[in-house]
Amino acid sequence: MRDLITSFLMLLLFTISLGVIYPLAVWGVGQAFFPHQANGSLIRNAQGEVIGSELIGQNFTSPTYFQGRPSAAGNGYDAGASSGSNLGPTSEKLIDRVKGDSEARAAENPGTAIPADLVTTSGSGLDPHISPASADFQVARIAKERGIPERELRDMVSRYSEDRTLGLLGEPRVNVLMLNLELDRRFGRPVK
Amino acid sequence: MTTNGIIQILIYLAVLTVLAKPLGIYMTRVYAGERTLLSFILGPVERLFYKVGRVDPEKEMTWRQYGVAMLMFSLVSGIAVYAIQRLQFFLPLNPQQLAAPSEHSSFNTAVSFMTNTNWQGYGGETTLSYLSQMLGLTVQNFVSAAVGMALAIAFIRGIARFQTDKLGNFWADLVRGTLYILLPLSFLIAVLLVSQGVVQNFKAYDTANLTDTFVVQVDKKDDDGNVVTDEAGENVKEDKTIDTQTIAQGPAASQIAIKQLGTNGGGFFNVNSAHPLENPTPLSNFLEMLLILLIPVAFTYTLGRMVRSQGHGWAVYGAMMFLLVVGIATAYIAESRGNPLYPANVDQAVVGGNYEGKEVRLGMANSVLWATATSAASNGSVNSMHDSYTPIGGLVPMTNILLGEVIFGGVGAGMYGILVMIVLTVFIAGLMVGRTPEYLGKKIEAYDVKMAMLYVLIFPLSILGFTAVSVLAPDFGLTSLNNQGAHGLSEILYAFTSGTGNNGSAFAGLNANTYWYNTTIGLSMLIGRFLMIIPMLAIAGNLAQKKVVPATLGTFPVNTVLFSVLLVSIVLIVGALTFFPVLSLSPILEHFQMYAGQTF
Repeated sequence: MRDLITSFLMLLLFTISLGVIYPLAVWGVGQAFFPHQANGSLIRNAQGEVIGSELIGQNFTSPTYFQGRPSAAGNGYDAGASSGSNLGPTSEKLIDRVKGDSEARAAENPGTAIPADLVTTSGSGLDPHISPASADFQVARIAKERGIPERELRDMVSRYSEDRTLGLLGEPRVNVLMLNLELDRRFGRPVK
Repeated sequence: MTTNGIIQILIYLAVLTVLAKPLGIYMTRVYAGERTLLSFILGPVERLFYKVGRVDPEKEMTWRQYGVAMLMFSLVSGIAVYAIQRLQFFLPLNPQQLAAPSEHSSFNTAVSFMTNTNWQGYGGETTLSYLSQMLGLTVQNFVSAAVGMALAIAFIRGIARFQTDKLGNFWADLVRGTLYILLPLSFLIAVLLVSQGVVQNFKAYDTANLTDTFVVQVDKKDDDGNVVTDEAGENVKEDKTIDTQTIAQGPAASQIAIKQLGTNGGGFFNVNSAHPLENPTPLSNFLEMLLILLIPVAFTYTLGRMVRSQGHGWAVYGAMMFLLVVGIATAYIAESRGNPLYPANVDQAVVGGNYEGKEVRLGMANSVLWATATSAASNGSVNSMHDSYTPIGGLVPMTNILLGEVIFGGVGAGMYGILVMIVLTVFIAGLMVGRTPEYLGKKIEAYDVKMAMLYVLIFPLSILGFTAVSVLAPDFGLTSLNNQGAHGLSEILYAFTSGTGNNGSAFAGLNANTYWYNTTIGLSMLIGRFLMIIPMLAIAGNLAQKKVVPATLGTFPVNTVLFSVLLVSIVLIVGALTFFPVLSLSPILEHFQMYAGQTF
């Protein structure tokens, strides 16, 4: 009985210190020093409306834009319901999906091997990045659709490619949303 | 496999090893109640806890008293988490107005967090309010880890002490571990994570206007919100234009730091550390991954220091590190080979291999490294989806847990797990030379070995028992499967392995949020935690009472490479004998089927 009372009192103190004070302290420091990051690294347009987060991918489907990876989150890149496909390597659903997607990709850029990230879903369904190879793969299509020189596009891709952190950690990558926003800034937003 | 990938893995292992000594020494001082750097701030807080809880930190407990205090604290914790979830709909800080999760889901989550499992039966951003996450989950992330650490320290005291029945004071160990070790490290890392882009706010979810709208097919609903069906009973579909994106927010950073450090692993968001707002950059990934094994590795140093044989600490470290490296290498090679069933014009090598369920910014090396580390420890957080790994790639995390999570293992839990294995090792070594086995100056006798065997047997009983029942039940066991064939068995086996092992990672395709799975996985977590702790504490209590046996020429030394090799062998043999049959029917069978071109 003594232990039960002690447990209750201890848990009460732990709840105040760890469940209230600790998150509030991190919140205070975060909001004071890194307000942009702490609030979701949001991107706003000229009117101040939120148009996305630097860290969260969006479902680009028009051929005039660089497209991200397939997504298993909700209707596609639903950042209120993150999810992977969770399909195992021998799943028919998975293999059929990869086959379908790779046929569609092969049609747009015949004869070139398709980088695997373009036909596989990410763990979160919100992956904001593609590999530089996948960006290159799409340059020809976008140049044709928008009527702009491939060389300019390639320059843009390489400027928007991030290297490994300190040259060591992670993998080289291209942020699809940031690249597409730049695309619209430079060449105008295509009418649907 | 790439050179850069191997370098990333080596850097990780090196940083862990370098930090083991300073943290190991610090931990030893904290649990001995000595003054440390942080005492001037935290000392008064610590004394406040003792005062309010009416505890005398100097009054030591027997193994039974220690166990009862631990059980009571866990019970109260579990009830509190259950109540907070069930009441979240009328508690504050619920901007999304989420309803209370079901009884069985709340039971599962309560048990899960109190046992340091942190299995995610819940969906994070779609299920739990900010208040539930903070008061319920964040608090348990700390204290369930501190309970594990306290138990490991009690066991080590049992080994280090002679002719006493006292193992220390549970409350003092609990408070000290939380305040001096977990809290400062979590705060530091949480702030670093915010700087990388992990969210920490209390606002409602944001809505972004999409640059490129898209159309999806959804079920048509009538004015009352009911789904419309045609004559054949099929749902009628209609086009819907998606022009906005909801972006989940919340106080994530504070919880993520401790869920990594405390080998908890329960994510703030549904997909855990694969979520870009939970793990946005390679640097955040490195920090989070470091936290997984930081305390478990440091514990090997603490062990050596407390039993006054640093060589023994390093011998245990060596055995564990060997198994860890073997796991990493196996998973890395398997995943790098990619999926042979993909069409030939898909270039898997350019991204490093099997990429389904992996994130581009993290890449192959960091995904397999995390998967191996999270299952070696009882962490269970993920940064890639284990369900989509190649069969051998997915076998590695499963095997790590099946071996009893003794490859560094959970904070504390890994340490007392390996100590039980050590008892068995010296026992078998003793049998081989025909002498009474000894461990650090103590005779290992029938009672100790009986308790060790009980510890070893409860584990497979829970895993294999629940798996067998689920597999034989088409209406409540098999309906939850996301994958068919051998992979389906893997999903179920992994769930109970993860539950009993208090790991919490998942082959997440299995829909475990059902009455059957929430309840049975909840039970397996209770069995895996408390039924295994009791024999472990009994051994500790018994060891503490023994007299010193002076070391002689015939004593089996426990600070040598030979000891490490023998320890590795025992861990592997016990694991293999128990689980090889079921593994051969799941991932191993699937491996051959995959290369034979078979799909399900």
